[in-house]
Amino acid sequence: MADSTLPIGSAVDLTPPGQVYGTWLDQVQDWVVTVDHKKIGIMYMVYALIFLLVGGLEALLLRVQLAVPHNDFLSPEVFNRLFTMHGTTMVFLMGMPLIIGFANYLVPLMVGARDMAFPRMNAFSFWMTALGGLMLYYSFIGGVGLQGAGSAPDVTWWAYAPLTERAFSRGHSTDYWALSLIVSGFGTIGAAVNIIATTLCMRCKGMTLFRMPLLVWLYLVVSGMILVTISPLTAAQIMLVIDRYLGGHFFDSQAGGAPIVWMHFFWVFGHPEVYVLVLPAFAIANEVIPVFSRKAIFGYPAMVAASAGIGLISLSVWAHHMFTVGMTSAQNAFFVLSTGLVGVPTGIKIFNWIATMWGGKIRFATPMLFCTAFIAQFLFAGLTGIMLSTAPWNWQLHNSYFVVAHFHYVLVGAIVFCFLGGFYYWYPKMTGKMLDERMGKWSFWLFVIGFHMTFDFMHIPGLLGMPRSIYTYEPGRGWDTWNMIVSIGAMVQAVGILIFAYNLVYSYFKGPDAGPDPWDAWTLEWATTSPPPAYNFASEPVVASRRPLWDLKHPEDPDSRYE
Amino acid sequence: MFRGWLQRRGPGPAAYALLFLLSGAAAWGAPSNSIVYQTPSTFDPHSGPALMIHHLSLFVIQITGAIFIVVASLLAYVVVRYRQRDPQDDSEPPQIYGSTQIELAWTVIPILIVLVLFLTTARILFAIQDQKMPPTALDVDVVGHQFWWEFHYGKSGFTTANELHVPLSTEQSQMITSLNLLSADVDHSFWVPALFGKIDLIPNKVNHMWFNPDKAGMFVGQCAQFCGVEHAKMLLRVYVQTPDDFASWVKNQQQPAVQDPAAAEGRQIFESQACVSCHVIRGTSANGKFGPDLTHFKSRDTLASGAADNTPANLKLWIKDPDYVKPGSLMPAMQLSDDQIDKVVAYLDTLK
Amino acid sequence: MSTSTIPLAHGVAHEDWSQPYHGTVAMLALIVAETAIFSIFVVAYIYYIGKSISGPQPRQVLELPIFNTVCLLSSSFTIWIAERALKKSSMGAFRLWWAITVVLGAIFLVGTGLEWKKLIYQDGLTISTNLFGTTFYSLVGLHASHVIVGLTMLLIVLIFSLAGKIKKEHSRQLEVLSLYWHFVDAVWVVVFTVVYIIGR
Repeated sequence: MADSTLPIGSAVDLTPPGQVYGTWLDQVQDWVVTVDHKKIGIMYMVYALIFLLVGGLEALLLRVQLAVPHNDFLSPEVFNRLFTMHGTTMVFLMGMPLIIGFANYLVPLMVGARDMAFPRMNAFSFWMTALGGLMLYYSFIGGVGLQGAGSAPDVTWWAYAPLTERAFSRGHSTDYWALSLIVSGFGTIGAAVNIIATTLCMRCKGMTLFRMPLLVWLYLVVSGMILVTISPLTAAQIMLVIDRYLGGHFFDSQAGGAPIVWMHFFWVFGHPEVYVLVLPAFAIANEVIPVFSRKAIFGYPAMVAASAGIGLISLSVWAHHMFTVGMTSAQNAFFVLSTGLVGVPTGIKIFNWIATMWGGKIRFATPMLFCTAFIAQFLFAGLTGIMLSTAPWNWQLHNSYFVVAHFHYVLVGAIVFCFLGGFYYWYPKMTGKMLDERMGKWSFWLFVIGFHMTFDFMHIPGLLGMPRSIYTYEPGRGWDTWNMIVSIGAMVQAVGILIFAYNLVYSYFKGPDAGPDPWDAWTLEWATTSPPPAYNFASEPVVASRRPLWDLKHPEDPDSRYE
Repeated sequence: MFRGWLQRRGPGPAAYALLFLLSGAAAWGAPSNSIVYQTPSTFDPHSGPALMIHHLSLFVIQITGAIFIVVASLLAYVVVRYRQRDPQDDSEPPQIYGSTQIELAWTVIPILIVLVLFLTTARILFAIQDQKMPPTALDVDVVGHQFWWEFHYGKSGFTTANELHVPLSTEQSQMITSLNLLSADVDHSFWVPALFGKIDLIPNKVNHMWFNPDKAGMFVGQCAQFCGVEHAKMLLRVYVQTPDDFASWVKNQQQPAVQDPAAAEGRQIFESQACVSCHVIRGTSANGKFGPDLTHFKSRDTLASGAADNTPANLKLWIKDPDYVKPGSLMPAMQLSDDQIDKVVAYLDTLK
Repeated sequence: MSTSTIPLAHGVAHEDWSQPYHGTVAMLALIVAETAIFSIFVVAYIYYIGKSISGPQPRQVLELPIFNTVCLLSSSFTIWIAERALKKSSMGAFRLWWAITVVLGAIFLVGTGLEWKKLIYQDGLTISTNLFGTTFYSLVGLHASHVIVGLTMLLIVLIFSLAGKIKKEHSRQLEVLSLYWHFVDAVWVVVFTVVYIIGR
């Protein structure tokens, strides 16, 4: 384990960032007005973690209701609001801030820059996202809906028209959904623009595009996707607001409008969106797996090509969410093919990760535990995705709990797992303290067991005909036992997450000092102190390969010889 | 004409093991003329399209299963074989940056697998979706409402609700039921897993599905596209009947409503209340289109689209306070006195 | 572990290490996002051509806005001239051509406003009249709002330049702004084609 800061370029300031803090109010103001990418990144992450807990609580309530048939723990109105909010929260207020938070923190450090390209726009983007989330949650107490106060949206997270039109969604719940997401969408686009500009324009000397860490590559692809993905959602939501408030007819079937237009626009956003969420998980795996296997990533150029390929192909698969709406057989067939093809570069990545581990000396610290579980779980999730891509079978599986199981397998089993690994990996860098390893392992095993209890068995009711979005179900259809197991698993996962949350707080105060490079890693963020000073690097780093710290630690065998 | 769908070779023993594990004993059922297929398992198909989908699913499971076993085994091997044995050992293993041949191989092979899957899928897709309907097909218009189903048997001249009756299809006499699916309000989805894959009901659009059930009995299903508060209670039943039973059912449905003099008082109350603005009872003045057709209400096993069994006690509850039976349903509480309700229930009870 | 203190400096010749200007990259990224938003409105417009159940149809009420279009598209040309003048430090020419650009953009906006006035008051076409009204006002309105934003920025620059604050060193930033203006003009070409030519 390296225990001194490695100088790159010239001497690095070894003074820990022991600013003299003013009053408590001064500290708050410091965070509110900051344009430092590290602080903004941390704010995004804390925001995401808060909504992870909120969305998780919503999920637990849903699972209590569904544990037995004909349960009356939640009324249908409340259930419909909760599952709409659960989905909307986890995607927009947990997923997106989390990935942007990691990008904000890591990208400038990894390219050897001082900050993002546009620090003030960076802050603006964060606050827009935060505002959007607060607007959405205000709906729980604001305004009066058809069923009285508490008009959180209850139209599912994909909000199909014409259910969302004024005629069927009276009150303001749908408006909260549309407007809050439009607002946070602007923040997201701003962050994407920033990441692209930073990546293309602010790299340190010697860092050609093909020497960037894979995480940076993946965020470049993700940001490009965000530009063309969030925009259709914003456009569709503007159309919805025009319908609801200005008497427009975009989705008004009485005037000739077509609900299917909403579906196309939404899924043109919705499908690439899930790739926007999962590619950062790949990014984390690309950094963690090599370091803990003690080997360079296998096939760097192929990984770059695969990432770009996934980004591009994923823009062409959206209607696999619409196989049941009555498109022509030729149209259906096209989307079967494109969806199958997007699985190819995804599969390649899995093979590359396994090849990276092959012949290595794998250390199973907590970050690696999460990323290894990720590989197995993502493999399974991808294969159920292939199952769902075969349109005729999709006609059975669509809108059933099989789909719910599949996408949670990706969202939780791949994305949350990788990000938990990412937290354990970079928390020392962000705070200067190591997370407690014992608590880490406990949280991992509990979460993994709970995850499989819930989401493995959730496939079964789907195959047995249980649709999604239902607040209760009929007894005697063979679904009862499975739902009970699923609900219990959710409780187990909750315990795992709570231990993780506790670990974050506990270790901040009681954790051992991490030093600049606790994991003996190879990318630039480990060449500065933990936490880094406000300016990141005392002087601009100069690199000659993909693993600048490897070159420094192994001058007899530098990567630069092989690239 | 439909023998083509039996081309595929039968599923292997492993698939049957999986089937048994997943579908639960209830789905098998003993061969009988009229069973209730209470578990809507997608692994228990009972019509042409469902069977084709079932075979496709087994094929896909075999391929994806094989991929999973291979890759997961490699992962398991790597995790065990290459873990760091000695925590003090600081040396680094040989650094391998890539291998063009290996990477080419694991690019080409998945593409080939995808092509095979695609071609198989496309064949079945076209076979189901582009099937021509014979002139003898039974044509039913299905209209989705919040939160019930309207079935319009146009050629036979009657409309019913929530419980679809169709004729059995056998090798000797193929009987296809052809559904045209529309919606009166928001998006819905018609899903009876044993009979065919779901198809959405979308306003301003007419969708189509067909099926030919091979076993008599009652199959359950429900709406599969969130349509509002009571989406969960928009249940569905399909009764597959032998041709004779089906013919007599049709004949009965074609009759106007039963005029039982004993229930005249109830009928009077019904006709003088707002009931008539939403419901049709053919042969009376009730001619409303918003709610289900009640002409042969008592011939149905459930009320409120499956929310409750069709018993007088439940019916009384339903009329008195629909929100209790199906909270958020669009039927208003009729504000009738208990006595009035009893008489109306008695009347509706006669509408066989 | 080695604790080498030798700075790493071999490899790329760092004297010619150059990366694009981040302002230009950011504006191009923004243009990509805006293109996506406009595309969705264009697709909706095209999908709904001829599907209005009632109310005025495009052929009945739309006139080709030739004059407006000429003004807007030539403003792309005049802004380019202004930029060239700035690079040669001819501040007078720069101010003149920049001002002409602003005027041309303003003419376009006024023209659009007059067109809408006629459509609303004379032809009875509003956003809620029928599908044509909804998609027309949404698409043209979205474009007009982008023109307003661009014009505001151009005006601010004009005011600064009249106060003598704009210098040759600012040409990179002004290039970024004019990129946005060119984008707005390019979108108008598409909107014009879809609404006034294909859709009528």
